[in-house]
Amino acid sequence: MFNIIEKEHFSEKVVKLVVEAPEIARARKPGHFVIVRTGSKGERIPLTIADADPVAGTITLVVQAVGDSTRLLCELSAGDSLTDLVGPLGRSTEIRHHSEGAVVCCGGGVGVAPLLPIIKAMKAAGNRVISVLAARSRDLIILEDEVRTHSDEVIIMTDDGSYGRKGLVTAGVEEVLQRETVAEVVTIGPPVMMKFVALLTRKYNVPTLCSLNTIMVDGTGMCGACRVNVGGKMRFVCVDGPEFDAHQVDFDEMMMRMRAYDKQKP
Amino acid sequence: MKQNDNDIHAADTRDSIWRAGLRAAMPAKERTAIPRAAMPQLDPAYRITCNEEVNRGLDEEQAVAEATRCLDCPDPQCVTGCPVNIDIPGFIKNIQRGETLEAAAILKRTSALPAVCGRVCPQERQCESRCIYNKMKRPPVAIGYLERFAADTERRALADGAHPDIDKAAPNGLRVAVAGSGPCALSFAGDMARRGFEVDVFEALHEIGGVLKYGIPEFRLPNAVVDSELDNLRRLGVRFHTDIVIGKTLSYDDLIERGYSGLFVASGAGLPRFMGIPGENFIGVMSSNEYLTRINLMGAGSPDAPTPVARGRRVAVIGGGNTAMDSVRTARRMGAERAIIVYRRSLAEMPARIEEVEHAKEEGVEFLTLCNPVEYLADENGRVRAMRVQRMELGQPDASGRRSPVPIPGAIDEIEVDEVIVSVGVSPNPLIPDSISGLDVTSRGTIAVDENLRSSIPLIFAGGDIVRGGATVILAMGDGRRAAAAMAAQLLKQKK
Repeated sequence: MFNIIEKEHFSEKVVKLVVEAPEIARARKPGHFVIVRTGSKGERIPLTIADADPVAGTITLVVQAVGDSTRLLCELSAGDSLTDLVGPLGRSTEIRHHSEGAVVCCGGGVGVAPLLPIIKAMKAAGNRVISVLAARSRDLIILEDEVRTHSDEVIIMTDDGSYGRKGLVTAGVEEVLQRETVAEVVTIGPPVMMKFVALLTRKYNVPTLCSLNTIMVDGTGMCGACRVNVGGKMRFVCVDGPEFDAHQVDFDEMMMRMRAYDKQKP
Repeated sequence: MKQNDNDIHAADTRDSIWRAGLRAAMPAKERTAIPRAAMPQLDPAYRITCNEEVNRGLDEEQAVAEATRCLDCPDPQCVTGCPVNIDIPGFIKNIQRGETLEAAAILKRTSALPAVCGRVCPQERQCESRCIYNKMKRPPVAIGYLERFAADTERRALADGAHPDIDKAAPNGLRVAVAGSGPCALSFAGDMARRGFEVDVFEALHEIGGVLKYGIPEFRLPNAVVDSELDNLRRLGVRFHTDIVIGKTLSYDDLIERGYSGLFVASGAGLPRFMGIPGENFIGVMSSNEYLTRINLMGAGSPDAPTPVARGRRVAVIGGGNTAMDSVRTARRMGAERAIIVYRRSLAEMPARIEEVEHAKEEGVEFLTLCNPVEYLADENGRVRAMRVQRMELGQPDASGRRSPVPIPGAIDEIEVDEVIVSVGVSPNPLIPDSISGLDVTSRGTIAVDENLRSSIPLIFAGGDIVRGGATVILAMGDGRRAAAAMAAQLLKQKK
């Protein structure tokens, strides 16, 4: 069960794992996530699904080593298996066809992985899709070819200018907002990036969807660790999300809460 | 629709010769003079240093003496106080005559989890509250202690290689699915397996047992006890599957396609409730579900578990139920110097079991009653540092008959805390109600069912917290039992 079929290093700390999970591969839709555990005492880690092949019965996960548990996961090789894998969890993305205006999908770092299925679905629904990929430097830009295949245009932004254009993701998004009608923006990446994308698109009054990756324990609507303030209401990322109206999310509170265990982790 | 399997075991009735003999052997006056057994317990100073079970269980001599106290009433009221109508005098008298394994067999006919019930049921409000001894102004027979004794004796016998007693009908060729693996699901699964159904239990988490594993702490219900109850169900043929969310991994249609004749939903309580007061999202404020799940399910706090948990020095637990007691006692074991229950009513209205309150007091837990938090305050990093509590006084009785607390104007205190555990109840888990179309849900988010626990979809039954919104282990088990009887009758009728 949950055998790792294939492993690829995107960069030193980012790996792609293709995992055998026929039920999840069949049931998942864009936006869904899974919970993964490595080892009998392992932590439950939420990861968004980057891709799935229902015929082969596999799903693709992209993992960045940020703590002990994700590092352990990144150290696994093809032939190893995950101790636990459960999903698909959360609500799937609402994919709409916009007859007027483009859909801008902007992803930062490993956020591009969960963005890919949304890009695909948005394109398949007949939208003009403009993807903006951002990272600190060239080697951290992932899944570029796959994104290009399903986008009408791709804009690459790097902090250091080593690839594409130098600058933050918001510069790339604003360029599009200024030159053409945009019906919807989807943003997935680090919270601070999503916060600034939301501030920008609010200025242009463009509906914006974000996908949140808060701390979770069970991931099935039980513990409440993932609670966020959306439009003044308490919402649970695991069952009400992971996607929310980015203009309503209290990103500052969310970022504060994500530091809850910083001290205890090396 | 009371299912009574006990009728087929006539040898155990009150009229059997051995039981009449026991009644005749000692006059009632002598029996009632025997003092009620005291539960041997770990010393409070020791138990807050570890997770070992506090109650150690009666020894055989104590159990037989306690069983002798039972007068074997002609019309035993204790049975009517039990949500699953266990044949209480029947099992107790078997303990008295030294046939403890027979006592365990009687328990298993009506309860899938006797070792659990003997530990966590509020007997003082159920069976024991109806005991004839209460009318004589004497402490009731310790039914819960005896139930635990019988179940534990059997568990030890099985561990020593005794042959398990498998009481089960021939396979009927029908297969049913169960969503969830808590007490309600297990009770249903056991009953259906006994009736000859193939039973598959699907659990979303990586451990089987639901609240028995993630919720109730080791010091009150050891995991080994739950595991042994699960083994009993496996011996009956029940199959367990972890990491599967019904409605997500497998839909209801998938189950029907795969040949299941029915689905029982016992997915339990879900979303924790919060109070909606300022500061509730500060770091260090969490639900009791989160706190207990981190520690009980994920092993947080033990050196080899990567899941972290906050270890507050001054911990406030908001609420007065059993989950609040479990949380506050856990906090003491996690090293809290001050562990405080904050409850808006008085001690007399507290819903927790008396035993839990007593144990908590022995362990140094403080009780701040007639107090309600109104705000949490944090440091510059967003970590909780204090709470403001409103002092209350008791006013007129409310709809529940309890005197409702009313705020004393201006009486607000600030108390230093570095961890707050909110234990003010849960809402039903929304996963399954959200994912099966055509399934009627009440305004509270619970699955709507008829008196037989059947939902708006005829092949789906539901029970436990997903129907009740929040209840005890034994009420959940009672639902599992009732649903099994009704679903079995329906499916067998359809089959004909």
